[in-house]
Amino acid sequence: MEILVTLSLIFMIIAALNALETKDLLASVVSLSAVGFGLAVVFLAMGAPDVAIVQVVVEVLTLIILIRATIRHDVTSFTEGTEFFSLLVGLVLLFVLFLFSLEAVRALPPLGTPVMDAVTSAPSHHYLEHGLRETGSANIVTAILLDYRAYDTLGGATVLFASVLGALAVLRSRPLKKKKKTDDE
Amino acid sequence: MNKPEKRTGMNLITQTVTRWIAGPIVIYGIHILFTGHLAPGSGFDGGIIIACAFVLITLAFGAKFALGRMGKLLASKLSSLGALLFLTIALLGYAGCFFFRNFIQAASPAPPFQIFSAGTIVLSNVALGIMVGASFFMIFIILAVVRVITGKDGKLKMIQRGQDKKQEE
Repeated sequence: MEILVTLSLIFMIIAALNALETKDLLASVVSLSAVGFGLAVVFLAMGAPDVAIVQVVVEVLTLIILIRATIRHDVTSFTEGTEFFSLLVGLVLLFVLFLFSLEAVRALPPLGTPVMDAVTSAPSHHYLEHGLRETGSANIVTAILLDYRAYDTLGGATVLFASVLGALAVLRSRPLKKKKKTDDE
Repeated sequence: MNKPEKRTGMNLITQTVTRWIAGPIVIYGIHILFTGHLAPGSGFDGGIIIACAFVLITLAFGAKFALGRMGKLLASKLSSLGALLFLTIALLGYAGCFFFRNFIQAASPAPPFQIFSAGTIVLSNVALGIMVGASFFMIFIILAVVRVITGKDGKLKMIQRGQDKKQEE
């Protein structure tokens, strides 16, 4: 399983670099979608099928929206490259973050150990033992999302609703001028 | 004999396949929605899959045909309806002890592994599915199909792209 996760991560890094550096806009958007699909494979390898379903479907919808809304028929390639100084600053920051993350990863327990066993009064023991009896739902993830922690789901639904309102409010454009007045104004 | 109507949208193969497959996609989304408490999935997943079916219809048949059937305002009304339904289920928990109480499961527990077994979880899945599906369809419509301008009388109007001068909502 770790080999699958490592291969998927390498695939995601290569796809992200391709999305940044390629000149064709359509290829760049498709590479972004490939990053999302690689992430879905990582979720499946870690044993989270609910999250993987949401990731795949949102990735497909985001790809459709990105292609349809941003790529116009007259702009198909992007020929402006990055400057040298910004590339250098980005590489230095990346190296510093890499050093910090090495220290952080060294302190993590190995993959697959239940962390909450160390604390016996954690709520996860209660959810795992009494979840089926108290909620009647066989899927423990749905039981936690919609019964034990339904308040958080209400918050998530509110965020989604507010973001749709925000998109509708932000995308208002200025009123169109009449065609009778030409450019000599 | 009158002239045939000009076909908008994509070519004939895509439109025929879309006619066949849009219905099964909606049924698949409803299946994932209703078995959210038995198998992996939830109301979020089912709602987004249903929205994908409508996005497919909009892409294949052109925006004018699709929005004429479904309407932009219908999507926003469905989204608000779903959100209010979810909040109503939460407030009805007060019939039990507290906010969001699973009152159906507490009053008459059903044996697990059946469709109508988990109390308010099924109703919450349905409400979330309606809300998320309508919201994602609205996001697609807003970003890709419609421009919002201020009309002559000062109110906001939604106009399809490419038909700014003639077509109104």
